[in-house]
Amino acid sequence: MLCLEARPAPSRLMSLVSPILALSITVLAGAALFVALGRDPGQALRLFFVEPVKDAYALSELSVKATPLLLIGLGLAVCFRANVWNIGAEGQFILGAVAAGGVAMSAGPETGRWIVASALVAGAASGMAWAAIVALLRDRANTNEIFVSLMLVYVAEMLLGHLVYGPWKDPAGYNFPQTVTFAEVTRVPRLFTGYRAHIGIVVALAGVVVAYFFLFRSYAGFQLQVGGLAPAAASYAGFSSRKALWLSLLASGGMSGLAGALEATGPLGQLTPHVPAGYGFAGIIVAFVGRLHPFGVVFSSMLMSMFYIGGELAQSRLGMPKSLTGVFQGLLLFALLACDTWIVQRVRWRRSQGAR
Amino acid sequence: MRLAFWSSFALASSLASTGCEKSQPPAPEHKPAETKSAEAKIEPLKVAFAYVGPVGDGGWTFAHDNARKAMEKELGGKVVTTFVESVPEAADAERVFHDMIGQGNKLIFGTTFGYMEPMLKVAVDAKDVKFEHATGYKTAENLRTYDSRTYEGAYMAGIIAGSVTKRNVLGVVGSVPIPEVIRNIDSFTLGAQSMNPKVTTKVVWVNKWFDPPNETAAAKSLIDGGADVLFQNTDSSAVLKAAAAAGKNAFGWDSDMSSYAPQAHLASAIVNWAPYYIKATKDALAGTWKTERTWWGVKEGAIDLVSISDKVPAEARAKVDTVKAGLKDGSFVIWKGPIAGQDGKEVLKKDAIADDKFLGGINFYVKGVDGPLPGAK
Amino acid sequence: MAAIAGSALMESALLIAASLHAGTILALAALGLLVNERAGVVNLGAEGMMLVAALAGFAVTVRSGNPWLGLAAGAAAGALMAAPFGLLVIWLNANQYAAGLALSLFGAGFSAFAGAPFTQERMPERVDSFAVPVVGQWPFVGPAFFRQHPMVYVAAALAILLAWFFTRSRAGLVVRAIGESPEAAHALGYPVRRIRLSAVVAGGALCGVSGAYISVVYTQLWVEGMVAGKGWIALALTTFATWRPGRVLLGAYLFGGVTMLQFYLQRRGVDVPSHLLTILPYLATILVLVSISRNATWIRTHMPASLGKPFWPGS
Repeated sequence: MLCLEARPAPSRLMSLVSPILALSITVLAGAALFVALGRDPGQALRLFFVEPVKDAYALSELSVKATPLLLIGLGLAVCFRANVWNIGAEGQFILGAVAAGGVAMSAGPETGRWIVASALVAGAASGMAWAAIVALLRDRANTNEIFVSLMLVYVAEMLLGHLVYGPWKDPAGYNFPQTVTFAEVTRVPRLFTGYRAHIGIVVALAGVVVAYFFLFRSYAGFQLQVGGLAPAAASYAGFSSRKALWLSLLASGGMSGLAGALEATGPLGQLTPHVPAGYGFAGIIVAFVGRLHPFGVVFSSMLMSMFYIGGELAQSRLGMPKSLTGVFQGLLLFALLACDTWIVQRVRWRRSQGAR
Repeated sequence: MRLAFWSSFALASSLASTGCEKSQPPAPEHKPAETKSAEAKIEPLKVAFAYVGPVGDGGWTFAHDNARKAMEKELGGKVVTTFVESVPEAADAERVFHDMIGQGNKLIFGTTFGYMEPMLKVAVDAKDVKFEHATGYKTAENLRTYDSRTYEGAYMAGIIAGSVTKRNVLGVVGSVPIPEVIRNIDSFTLGAQSMNPKVTTKVVWVNKWFDPPNETAAAKSLIDGGADVLFQNTDSSAVLKAAAAAGKNAFGWDSDMSSYAPQAHLASAIVNWAPYYIKATKDALAGTWKTERTWWGVKEGAIDLVSISDKVPAEARAKVDTVKAGLKDGSFVIWKGPIAGQDGKEVLKKDAIADDKFLGGINFYVKGVDGPLPGAK
Repeated sequence: MAAIAGSALMESALLIAASLHAGTILALAALGLLVNERAGVVNLGAEGMMLVAALAGFAVTVRSGNPWLGLAAGAAAGALMAAPFGLLVIWLNANQYAAGLALSLFGAGFSAFAGAPFTQERMPERVDSFAVPVVGQWPFVGPAFFRQHPMVYVAAALAILLAWFFTRSRAGLVVRAIGESPEAAHALGYPVRRIRLSAVVAGGALCGVSGAYISVVYTQLWVEGMVAGKGWIALALTTFATWRPGRVLLGAYLFGGVTMLQFYLQRRGVDVPSHLLTILPYLATILVLVSISRNATWIRTHMPASLGKPFWPGS
């Protein structure tokens, strides 16, 4: 009978092929879906994969969408490599946006450009602080970081809601739950006039390089990874798991907070109840599809952005429902997880022997 | 090795996309942007709509989409309409509007308040495109606002509520405490008081435009508090269904909701955007479009109270008809003094008529509404 | 005086009743999640399963006219969604959290997509509450507890049943054993993966019933996204209740109560900072988590040890 057995060593071939295979499966399923809905699959796929990169404006929009995904994905890649499951990146993102918004709103007529930097720093710091709660509870009280970080997402959402409905509500905004629009001086500088791409993408790409060097060229990164892969071995080697825990949570919290700050002072320009856009959860997918590797995360964040933008375009150009984006994202991750298992397992034909 | 992997991944993606392109002639799907010069052959005007919710919400967006279809039918081959639903009121909206412009749309409707800033931003760089923003307050040379006097529908519903209620307690499920909604609650109460001076109105806020489970819970709390007629400003039929489940009465809002709960349904205060959409599109076609603020009501056919149930007493029905006629010919004014606020102090003197500015900024409850106004300190 | 006290009493009875009704949604989902978490599998896809089940339940009820068929359809939908997830994480040992998230995303998208034609459909009006004879008439406790939709009583009975199952029945103890140490159970000859899959599917079915309950019983309509985060709350609830069915039930009513309390206070004219009030259940969950985790023994007795970890039968 057919059964699965663990490979003696992870298959290199499968690690290369798996994401491509997963993407192909998703694309095929998508094409089949489009045909079933009576739409031209080639055209639909073009909307997802060609339109979002076809001209400068499209690329600029892609970078705007990809920046938070990339930042969050990077942070989570580090975290997950350390076997620390930070599911609450969305909450850290929100806190980052809130803090940056608070700084931005304190700008007066005389404030200089430096306020942007302080807004971003405030955002990163708040994200870190929010993640630090998770780290503290895991460190001191052994509490599972998954549930704590998830709960803190809701707390963060409610905090935002309380602020924009209450103390931070724009007095001239007809009682709508939103803050004032931030002054121009507080907005993240754009890269090119006329396009929405801003320095966030530069910061994110810098983050990619830093993450790469940290994970693969530094001792601390090495310790962190070993701690995640083989905790017993790590402790024998004297690697501090506590250090890895704090480092990974603070790093991912800071990245998510920075992403939130960039969104608030960039495309959003104000705080509304719509700040939480699901990037914190999409970032988990980005991290996985990017194989928890900084360079991989660059590609996967672009891919996810293409799904988002493509989904919008499919709506306006083809009349396809918006829900398709979620379907594809879920499908991609599912397919990837399924394909990934072949890296460490293989199918063998065996005579059945004994109990399973 | 990893580098090789990622290059091949990138290669694969680009191959996949080029492959798709090869199998499809790269001809654009839509016609190129038209010019406004008089030509022998007139291209249809491309009109686009951005909706905040799904077309199937049965409420706000549903009403807009029905109007779009009506406009398309009325103007036939002169227009081509498209829409994008569930466009979030945030950063993404700008991209959607930009794409609409890029697709050659010359008249764009944004159907919710939250699109104000994104529309203003894209309007600056697209001077040949006309923008219509619903329920907003900022205008530009090529961006104008439009709104409907939903408070007239609320007033008429109030007339019916006042005459149907046996316990003299009315319940309202409020969405977001903005002036429009507060004005509707006030108008509803005024309408009820015109038939039954003893009624009081209780309000519960869900702080969302659309949240069926919470709308249901809010409705239940009002019913448990003694209300036997419910009203809402939220976008789904949850409140109506909750009233039906408890054997109470309620209204439809935005669209005709009578089929959701025939026993409990008293009437539906609907918004008909079709007259305005037809006018706006005709303006654009004729070149007479200019920026202004439009606020239409029963008079122009934008507001109506429909599907009035048989169980509504004839007296109330007659009153509603009188009010409708009066609004149509301008002889009846809802907001005419003396009107007192919650604290009893007069907000409108006797015979004073509230102007649009007053109405637009209403931030108080009238006498007869119980409870504090959220956010008002 | 007596009249005021009487009406206050009546109102609190009604508040309790409403909390029970709202809490049943959470209770059903959380009990389902409890079943699979006791076997060691975390299914973050609860929200997605509930959405698809809500659609299935609504569609079947509208077509057949029978709400009970709708609830059954919801259970089937939940089970059908949980099955591939189960196969993926149990047999192929994929990462449970990522797989669960994928399920959630897919479920949300798919339900919105397939459900679009159903938003215009109507369910026939019906009055559901069922008053327990005799007890339903007693002052205070009658209206508070005994005039509810039958599913409320079913959920309560289910909690009792599951409590018995996991503490007194052989099958339940085996499931718990698997949740604590699948390796030991495997060594003893139990088909660990098959039992785990059954737990995941059963849990999915219960989440499905919960989702269908929202659309078929609670709001009686279908719109996309209508579960509105209840799946995630249920996940918190299972943890908050330290994986005990009885506590899940109480916690569900408590969480449901906080939502209702907000509206009741508003209706009574109290100016509540509603957002801050809504945080309470989540903070409470964190507090409970911390308190059970501090003590190593407490964790062992409360949390299934193999939760979230992959199992390799060969090792």
